[in-house]
Amino acid sequence: MTVAAPTKPKTTLKMVYQRPEALADTPTHYCPGCTHGVAHRLVAEVIDEMGLREKTIGIAPVGCAVLAYDYFEFDGVEAAHGRAPAMATGIKRVLPDRIVFTYQGDGDLASIGMGEIVHAAARGERITVIFINNAIYGMTGGQMAPTTLPNQITTSSPGGRDVAVQGFPIRMSEILATLDGAAYVVRRSMHDPANIRKAKKAIRLAFEAQVRGLGFSLVELLSTCPTNWKMTPAEAMNWVRDNMVPAYPLGDYKVAPELQKLRV
Amino acid sequence: MTRQLLKGNVAMAEAAIRAGVEAYFGYPITPQSELLEWMAKRMPEEGRAFLQAESEVAAINMVYGAACTGARVMTSTSGPGISLMAEGISYIAGTEVPAVIVDVMRGGPGLGNIAPSQGDYRQVIHGAGHGDFFPLVLAPASVQEAVDLIGEAFDLAEKYRTIVFVVADGSIGQMMEPVSLPEPRPPRRERPDWAVGGAEGRPARRLTSLYLKPEVEEEVNLRLVQRWQAMEANEIRYREYYLDDAEYVVLGFGTAGRVALSAVRAARAEGIKVGLFRPVSLRPFPTEAIRDLAARSKAFLVVEMNGGQMLDDVQAAAQGQVPVRFYGRMGGMVPFPDEVLAEIHALVSEPPTPAEAPRARWLAQMVS
Repeated sequence: MTVAAPTKPKTTLKMVYQRPEALADTPTHYCPGCTHGVAHRLVAEVIDEMGLREKTIGIAPVGCAVLAYDYFEFDGVEAAHGRAPAMATGIKRVLPDRIVFTYQGDGDLASIGMGEIVHAAARGERITVIFINNAIYGMTGGQMAPTTLPNQITTSSPGGRDVAVQGFPIRMSEILATLDGAAYVVRRSMHDPANIRKAKKAIRLAFEAQVRGLGFSLVELLSTCPTNWKMTPAEAMNWVRDNMVPAYPLGDYKVAPELQKLRV
Repeated sequence: MTRQLLKGNVAMAEAAIRAGVEAYFGYPITPQSELLEWMAKRMPEEGRAFLQAESEVAAINMVYGAACTGARVMTSTSGPGISLMAEGISYIAGTEVPAVIVDVMRGGPGLGNIAPSQGDYRQVIHGAGHGDFFPLVLAPASVQEAVDLIGEAFDLAEKYRTIVFVVADGSIGQMMEPVSLPEPRPPRRERPDWAVGGAEGRPARRLTSLYLKPEVEEEVNLRLVQRWQAMEANEIRYREYYLDDAEYVVLGFGTAGRVALSAVRAARAEGIKVGLFRPVSLRPFPTEAIRDLAARSKAFLVVEMNGGQMLDDVQAAAQGQVPVRFYGRMGGMVPFPDEVLAEIHALVSEPPTPAEAPRARWLAQMVS
């Protein structure tokens, strides 16, 4: 699709906010209050700021972000469920000078794609992963995810997740940070502006890790799903703060020394 | 050209390198592992990508990714690996990107064994994966033919934006034969106009197998059928031996066809007018050529290293014009030429009737 040139305002006011060049001028299908749109925008802003748009290939998952390639203005492919890190590996190995990232949800990355993500990280695959953790399966209608919290009600855990039967939530950042191939693994949240700013900085550092060839990089973003959580957007933001952040502590789980001194 | 004594798996790997393959992703499985091992050594020497994946699932999705960049890419495996790759194969087909897959078939089902078999025939001709698509399937009967077909496979995959399977069996993969390798072709530098690789000075490109609108998905499916029709028109391959005056026709592919050729030669030496028809392209299947043979012969004998998987296709092609008999060995057993010769003798001494059920007759013979 063609990109419309940003409209110039007919005033003398300074332009302070506009659609990033890397973000397509396409209405998304995301629900009101869903943070996918925020995450897309942060990725697009970082890619613009780093001047990477013309050398980036994005890989969409199976899940709510399945059409993500339509929302970005760079090359994109659509992976099988959970296989985005393998597909990214195939692309990066033949085009090592391009920027390759996957965008995956919790079902995609932490359930069906557990093998692919762990091995991509272990190999130190020079790719970036944006991991959207909203503790539920969104697209299929609100079933239990590997990251669903204990006692959380979903359509496949209608009495609440019973850890004696359905097991415990998986903390992916903590797991992946133990692997030597990982250069940058952090968890951020998108439940308020201050956290969104921190999330953007983390996304920037993750792409910096790739540009510098330091190894595997991943940013886990605690996200909302108001529709399947059956909450208003505001309630969903608060639910992330009050329930997800305590279960999934925000923080830096692995930061390569080269990135620690980097100012972005 | 110099001839070298090479193991089938190694010869196929080197043939792929000489065909300009740019990336190989695979997972160890007997009886194809020497192919992966040769790639592990040679691809880095050529400055090309080699990676041992964590599973066949990952391997085929790495192939998928590399194929989306327009690179020449391949994997190799055996039946259990094809089963795991089924998902990625379907996505590759749905995205209309080219890839080459070598299946060195072993005994099955399940873990089966590592002996030569042709039990994956039905699996590969349907491409293993879900949905409507048509992979091209080529079956060599010697190491030299395997080398030649590997070279062709990449060109065909790119010509039709399709998956091309080269199905060898464990004996082709494992045996050593003298072969002439082709001159190396350098990897292509320019990329096709559909490939992703960074939207530098051009609009962004998207490659997907997702078409949410049924009317658009139908268009994609119709395009796949159109390509398949072109393959059926242009890519039928088979070999004929002693068929000019043949009254009896033996049909077999790959190693079964090669074993049958020895039997046919022995029968010819006895004065029996018998010939061999060996399909090389299993898909597209040489239906018309078989139909023509059916119209001018007294009886068919289908020989396979499975329970009669190609038999069904031969019977469909013959359209009842000729009685058909079947002889197969299963589970990793390879027939001896004498066994096939005995079947040829039986074809002459007790000719099959049109009403004969080939599989039932064979089974009664095997389990008696």
